[in-house]
Amino acid sequence: MKNSMFSKKQLAIPYAIFLVLFVVLPLLVVVYYGFTNGDGEPSFDNFIRFFKNGKTMGTLVYSIAIALITTIVCLLLAYPVALIIAKGCYSKRSKFLMIFVLPMWINFTLRITALKEILTLIEGNLANYQFFNTILCMVYDFLPFMMMPLYNALTKLDNGLIEAASDLGANKVQVFFKVILPLSVPGIVSGVTMVFLPSMTNYVVLDMIYNSTYIMGSLIGSYFSAYDWHNGSVISIILLLIILGITVLSNRYTDQENDARVAR
Amino acid sequence: MRLLNLKSKKIVSYLMCVALLLTNTIFLSGCKSSEEEDVIVLRVSNWEEYIDEGDWDEEETIELENGTVICPETSMIEDFEAWFYETYGKKVEVEYSTFGTNEELYNQMSMGDTYDLVCPSEYMIMKMMAEDMLLPYSDSFYDETIETNYYAKCVSPYIKNVYDELSINGEALSKYAAGYMWGTLGIVYNPEEVTEDEASHWNMLLMKKFNKRVTIKDSVRDAYFAGNSIYNEELLLSEDFINADDYYAQMEVILNSTDTATVNSVEEILSDIKDNVYSFETDSGKADMVSGKVVANQQWSGDAVYTLDQAEEEGVILCYSAPEEATNLWFDGWCMLKDGIGEDADKQLAAEAFVNFLSKPENAIRNMWYIGYTSVISGGEDESILQYAEFLYSSDDEEDMVPYPIAYFFTGEDEADLDEETIEAYTIYTYEDQINRQLFAQYPPEDVMKRSVVMAYFDKEGNERINQMWLNVRCFDLYEYLSGD
Repeated sequence: MKNSMFSKKQLAIPYAIFLVLFVVLPLLVVVYYGFTNGDGEPSFDNFIRFFKNGKTMGTLVYSIAIALITTIVCLLLAYPVALIIAKGCYSKRSKFLMIFVLPMWINFTLRITALKEILTLIEGNLANYQFFNTILCMVYDFLPFMMMPLYNALTKLDNGLIEAASDLGANKVQVFFKVILPLSVPGIVSGVTMVFLPSMTNYVVLDMIYNSTYIMGSLIGSYFSAYDWHNGSVISIILLLIILGITVLSNRYTDQENDARVAR
Repeated sequence: MRLLNLKSKKIVSYLMCVALLLTNTIFLSGCKSSEEEDVIVLRVSNWEEYIDEGDWDEEETIELENGTVICPETSMIEDFEAWFYETYGKKVEVEYSTFGTNEELYNQMSMGDTYDLVCPSEYMIMKMMAEDMLLPYSDSFYDETIETNYYAKCVSPYIKNVYDELSINGEALSKYAAGYMWGTLGIVYNPEEVTEDEASHWNMLLMKKFNKRVTIKDSVRDAYFAGNSIYNEELLLSEDFINADDYYAQMEVILNSTDTATVNSVEEILSDIKDNVYSFETDSGKADMVSGKVVANQQWSGDAVYTLDQAEEEGVILCYSAPEEATNLWFDGWCMLKDGIGEDADKQLAAEAFVNFLSKPENAIRNMWYIGYTSVISGGEDESILQYAEFLYSSDDEEDMVPYPIAYFFTGEDEADLDEETIEAYTIYTYEDQINRQLFAQYPPEDVMKRSVVMAYFDKEGNERINQMWLNVRCFDLYEYLSGD
């Protein structure tokens, strides 16, 4: 049985094909369009235009604001719950977690439609609270994505460390801020990346909740439907750079954390 | 060792299976290719939910005065395939697909050879004509002496004039497109909250009275039309302008203008509209009207009929108006693509036959009933279409009965030039409240048509200006926010 049918490398072939066909090639097309003008000549004009135009910059700021608030609210809501479940009775853990992850099983457009009706009952006219509703729906949509990584990080946390901190005279608040919080940073980082980036572009939620202001996702869509591949691609590239930046930063941060832990 | 053996046996059997499958497909495809020679494959792309799909309830049966009974079980496509075989003795297979917006269709077509026959709106037809993508209809298509030429025989003379008069680079639209559905752009409103007078002006979208209770279409062109009408409101309503000899030509120029000054002013109007409306909607407007979340929304006439019908079922009475400044005359037409059909005479025959089949009055009625829009078919010598309108809207209450003439649609002449007898023949006696409801949306009266303008496709610069204007309206204005306006 030593010479098994496939070597490990060969097992990766299907994914490699998928990656090249559906990720790398389209990305190359996007980059090509982003850095050429209408006549196919290389140019940076599209980029310059994006940063010079008050409206497109306004959209960037608006998207970041939505994403930032959504992420913070998600974090503040999810952290205590994740902590309670992770540190709670072992046998009930999976049941509790299921209750919180259950909404993920239902399609998000259905969930938003339901929420829309409830909000109409409460607010009367949705259009008067567009920004608030957008945040609410985004949080509702992305909360499980924050929950899972936090929960995973917190369950792995060694209880011995908490006991040791208490034995050495730390009160509960000190234990939380000096031990639990620093050790759960990797969970926070991956939760934040999973919520922040999608909420910058998820324009379907805005459409459904009647927010008529564009975010980055809708801006790309509107350029593409006007056959303006160049400006649409530039925005995709800018989003990609933002994603890249955040990933690099967060990796560096978690690496430092890990190093620090080893040193300790 | 035994395990290995088993495994190798398994592999062999897998290989056998694969080999079997392969030979099978080769064999089968061999069969198919010999058969394909007699089957014409026609690739059609149409709007979503824009054709009768059959399977009607018995209660829906339409019985007309001339004895025509309509209650199809099979879809229009299946019927066409059967009819084509009967008429021409050749087999045709329709590959039917749908699109959601003109832009989506255009993007699909720009990938190359994808469709043979498509059904875009007027401005997209013009764009495609200008880009030399379309194949002209054959000369025999308009020959009324050929029995199966239902389009030539039955199309409304009024619509035919519109198609003949619009031209791109000196060639009439009718050479490259055959009409399907048509209508106006107007406002669906709830008469309990909005007066008829208010709904008769585009500026109701700006009224603070209806703050956050009206919606507008999430579409650059429709929003621009409304904004431009508001911008030119005073002029469009002034008596001197309306009574001028070149009123219609002037109006066309105004509502099709994309110069910087107009675009900038319309941008300001649309920004105010954005702050005033409930939403820019693509499809939610119909449901929101019925549920009462909004009291008025900008709507195409065909969707208006659907909305009014739906609301009626829920016990809500809604009305439709075509604003007095101007309304947008829109239409969708069938176009044959050069890329798809090329020199293939059989395919062109099938494509033209498809258009003719849809233009057969009883089929036009089927489609109208199913989708709520108005067909360009008036029936020619066949009276089915008029009888269908009577079937839907005729009043049988002598005390509640008003005349509603639509002779212009059936004759193509100004009603002022027609004798009374003809006008009488094309007059529907309807309930008084239909005058601003479904009948009005489906067959607008002549005075509405006098102020309805076709919006052509804009040139490159104009298009860029309008798209930029749309972004400016829709994007978050950072500077305005910072300055605290």
